[in-house]
Amino acid sequence: MNLNYLDFEQPIAELDAKIAALSVAGTDPAVNLNEDITRLEAKCQTLTESIFSVLSSWQISQIARHPQRPYTLKYIEHIFTDFEELHGDRAFADDPAIVGGVGRLEGRSVMIIGHQKGRETREKIRRNFGMPRPEGYRKALRLMEMAERFRLPVLTFIDTPGAYPGVGAEERGQSEAIARNLKVMASLRTPIVCTVIGEGGSGGALAIGVGDRLMMLEYSIYSVISPEGCASILWKSAEKAPEAAEALGLTAGRLKELGLVDQVIPEPLGAAHRNVETMATRIKRALLENLSQLDQLSMDELLDHRYRRLMGMGAYAQREEKTLVMRGTGAPPVQTRSSVPTKE
Amino acid sequence: MSDTLGWFQKLLPSRIRTEGGNKKVPEGLWTKCVVCNAVLYRAELERNLEVCPNCSHHMRIGARGRLNRFLDPEPREEIAAGLEPIDLLKFRDSKRYKDRLVQAQKDTGEKDALVVIKGTVEGFPLVVAAFEFRFMGGSMGSVVGERFVRAVDCAHEWGIPLVCFSASGGARMQEALISLMQMAKTSAALGKLSRAGIPFVSVLTDPTMGGVSASLAMLGDINIAEPKALIGFAGPRVIEQTVRETLPEGFQRAEFLLEHGAIDMIVDRREMRSRIVRLLSMLTHRPITVG
Repeated sequence: MNLNYLDFEQPIAELDAKIAALSVAGTDPAVNLNEDITRLEAKCQTLTESIFSVLSSWQISQIARHPQRPYTLKYIEHIFTDFEELHGDRAFADDPAIVGGVGRLEGRSVMIIGHQKGRETREKIRRNFGMPRPEGYRKALRLMEMAERFRLPVLTFIDTPGAYPGVGAEERGQSEAIARNLKVMASLRTPIVCTVIGEGGSGGALAIGVGDRLMMLEYSIYSVISPEGCASILWKSAEKAPEAAEALGLTAGRLKELGLVDQVIPEPLGAAHRNVETMATRIKRALLENLSQLDQLSMDELLDHRYRRLMGMGAYAQREEKTLVMRGTGAPPVQTRSSVPTKE
Repeated sequence: MSDTLGWFQKLLPSRIRTEGGNKKVPEGLWTKCVVCNAVLYRAELERNLEVCPNCSHHMRIGARGRLNRFLDPEPREEIAAGLEPIDLLKFRDSKRYKDRLVQAQKDTGEKDALVVIKGTVEGFPLVVAAFEFRFMGGSMGSVVGERFVRAVDCAHEWGIPLVCFSASGGARMQEALISLMQMAKTSAALGKLSRAGIPFVSVLTDPTMGGVSASLAMLGDINIAEPKALIGFAGPRVIEQTVRETLPEGFQRAEFLLEHGAIDMIVDRREMRSRIVRLLSMLTHRPITVG
């Protein structure tokens, strides 16, 4: 079993291995295997297409956490130029689970903030598996406020299992750090575009996820709780994670249907890690398109739209007099703010 | 508990003695403090705002009970009472969300886990929101989020302060990502209140965890906690599993939060009205009111 492939990808791994073996043998001029290789490659593509066309929510969750999945710094490398990383919250520490800094997007100065996971064991530990502590969120806040001062759009990349549940994190006010970011981002006077690139883990993700646009990569997930966590609470067994993943509706496609996500960015065949360059190009294009749309708005319009977008989130019924008005069940299912006056 | 109560039972008049070998404390008349085990007369406990007269343990109280004890009897106007939860996602775990809602509504008499009333305290006008913990653990879904926003809007419109008593396990899983977004929604609304210069007092009661702690509850201009309330982002069990060690005594309790700078003060429930009115009077430049 190839650990760089998930269990449901193993048939692809076998074909890939055969192709690789044939390619090596093919260097011998005495044999011509080109035809076989081409045939196998076509077969591999068809197989990948068929496997990826029927993924379950749980399988998508696994791709979102794939050991080969590109992380924020990889995308920064491909999408931006002149990136200068900025460190520290000026109060306690620098949190390597969140990276941030200034860079250029097609020449335009922007502020980039994202969760960062590590690839190898040592790096994973240094990055705390992408789980930020309060100082990470406070660094992000510092950079966002700087972005506002210098009129830089803020582009965030979300990829975390969640905010770190540790003793120190609680002592230093994990809740307050997240809450403050939510409040500040809601009225930050600069465009904010958020992209979920892997795992959108609850409040730890949302703390850099409030903005004017929310995009998700095709095989990323976003959820109020991990499928395992949800399963162990509601099903009393972490093994029910696949069921929980389904119930939570945490995939990009489902969340787009619900109107909670603005745009889904398609991934290359076999997911982002199979072709980082293509993925990065698509993200870059989406960022540019969204920024140019947001540029059309005045600052007051921008903030007004952002506020109304946030207020529109929710699905509930409202009893007015004797009629029961159902809201949140039409299209779009997640309603925009009700027209009923506030005072009752 | 029957052992400690045996002698006591005999003293009770027969009409309130429990019948047929049922050795429970007669419901409604006597109760027992879970901390100091003192047997308490219900009526006295009620007069004492559900605080144990013996050890000052603050018992959990429901949203209506909280509001009734906090607000003046008149005037009162309930805000957004007509909002009701729906099961948009058809969420089903071991039970259907729909059924859980019906059960919770039956158990609590509330439509959802937050109650908002516009009223006065010692004549001081304000909007007060209170979480009902018995309603699915006080979890925040769409109705809680929307009611909180309506509370903010009402405070904003009338230019009067907002007070919120939180008691919640966090976001409501059965509403999935929609519930997570209520954190952003409520926090954004509070930004509007801040910009208008209207005070928000957040009172964190036992327990205030997860998504509610990491949004509206920590965003008070003044954060107040009740004594020994459990307050935090991650639950103690989750942290224990992560760090694989036993947590220190008092971890995530109100006193711990005060020590670490997360809250302004700890206030005894019996002083809550007067302390909040005093603070709000100063923040809003009102002359001294005699309460």
